[in-house]
Amino acid sequence: MSEPILKVEHIQAKYGDFIAVHDASLDVPDKSIVSLIGANGAGKSTLMDTIAGAHTPTAGKVFYKGEDITGVPAHELIKRGLALVPQGSRCFVRMSVEDNLRMGSYPKAARAKRADNFERVYNLFPVLKEKRKDASGSLSGGQRQMVAIGRAMMSNPDLVLFDEISLGLAPTIIKDIYATIRQLNAEGLSVVLVEQDIHRSVKTSTYTHVMLKGRVALSGLSKELTEAEIKNAYFGI
Amino acid sequence: MIQQIIYGILYGGVFALAAIGMSMMFGIVGLTNLAHGEFIILAAFLSSVLCTALGCSPFLTLIITVPVMFIVGFILQKVLINYVMGKGANAALLVTFGLSFILKDGMLQIFSADSRRMVVAFQSANIRISDSVVIPVLYLVVCLIGVAVIVILHLFMSKTYVGQSIRATSDDKVAAQLVGVNIKNVTAVAMGIALATAAVSGLTLGMPWPFYATSGSGYLLIAFGVVVLGGMGSMIGALVGGVIFGLAQVLGGSNWGVFISYIILLIFLAVRPQGLFKK
Repeated sequence: MSEPILKVEHIQAKYGDFIAVHDASLDVPDKSIVSLIGANGAGKSTLMDTIAGAHTPTAGKVFYKGEDITGVPAHELIKRGLALVPQGSRCFVRMSVEDNLRMGSYPKAARAKRADNFERVYNLFPVLKEKRKDASGSLSGGQRQMVAIGRAMMSNPDLVLFDEISLGLAPTIIKDIYATIRQLNAEGLSVVLVEQDIHRSVKTSTYTHVMLKGRVALSGLSKELTEAEIKNAYFGI
Repeated sequence: MIQQIIYGILYGGVFALAAIGMSMMFGIVGLTNLAHGEFIILAAFLSSVLCTALGCSPFLTLIITVPVMFIVGFILQKVLINYVMGKGANAALLVTFGLSFILKDGMLQIFSADSRRMVVAFQSANIRISDSVVIPVLYLVVCLIGVAVIVILHLFMSKTYVGQSIRATSDDKVAAQLVGVNIKNVTAVAMGIALATAAVSGLTLGMPWPFYATSGSGYLLIAFGVVVLGGMGSMIGALVGGVIFGLAQVLGGSNWGVFISYIILLIFLAVRPQGLFKK
């Protein structure tokens, strides 16, 4: 097996005195889909923020493409192709859809490919082309999620962390967004899916990690893990 | 009457320019800069001093005052205001309030309490429309400068990556970092731009009207009124607000102008506090 694109080793992360992540380790093989599941408050989002450089860990190391990126800020990591689609989409609500996507091409290398990436994103989500002049704050939850995914794709990423993209969305929209993610993966994108929902993300991914109370409680090939094993790790039974 | 309306509209462009830097910091960065009026007057003094020292046209002083005021704004925001903004909006408000006193007293010490004025060759030239109606060239020029600065600023904020990164950061700091914006410098750049507009504003106010070291607070009130009338952060709003204020000042004359302006302002605050053009 080739060198993994992302290696997380014994990460600990705190908010003040509260330890959100005690000890988390996981690998993301290049061009794979890895799912990270866990209940609310298990530390998944903190771990994602830490990997993407939006939060500084108190212990442990993160390696990306073989380089130590522990503590490197988010605005540097996006230039190297590591993008995070944050929980709750976090669009620039007062800016138009088009300007949101344009901001996605902020890194210098991505600006050169802006026209191609616009076309690619509008092909993935035709509705965004229709609404390109509208303020993103006026869109539905699903459409905002599309803007957030599109914005990440505008930066030409090699690895994208999707933090609970299905949260609060209708099942048909979730299905469409997952189909898009599989398509992007088939085109060579490495993906980390963070979800509370067990079934869809395990089915979509090659590897699954289960987080419980700030620790990775279970890791394995998605097709080899049994439902009982996952449930035990998920609920800590 | 027509003559007065012409004056009112021409004043409008100048007032709008005085307000635009404050409006931008207000609407986009969330900072109420109570020292904006003093920065305008500081820039006017700078222009006036350079004008005398170099013996050049007042317009040429912009080559120096605009970059100088940009740097002043950048450093001020970076080392002082960003720090206090982290402690809450009230702390930042008080710091800019204190700053306005420091600047005002500093200017009184350095430039004395005497009035100053910058004079250009076409100071009293007029374009004749009819026997009773003329367009004063100086007022036309300063109004056009005001409109031009606002249009350029609007294009800059909506079309360039730097301008958009300022808007994006004010919408969502975390998301802005995630797309690659180094947010440490963004508000400092915004303040630099705001004070660069104050540099131009100082020139456009200091040519038609005499100014004093203490004139800043008067212009701050006008700027504040224009911002409330037009809507915070709205560029078109600033222009329309500026014209409304300009008309009120001219039609009310020196006795009633300011009074009428603030009656209009009070009505607006009661009826439409978000301003004319706030979405």
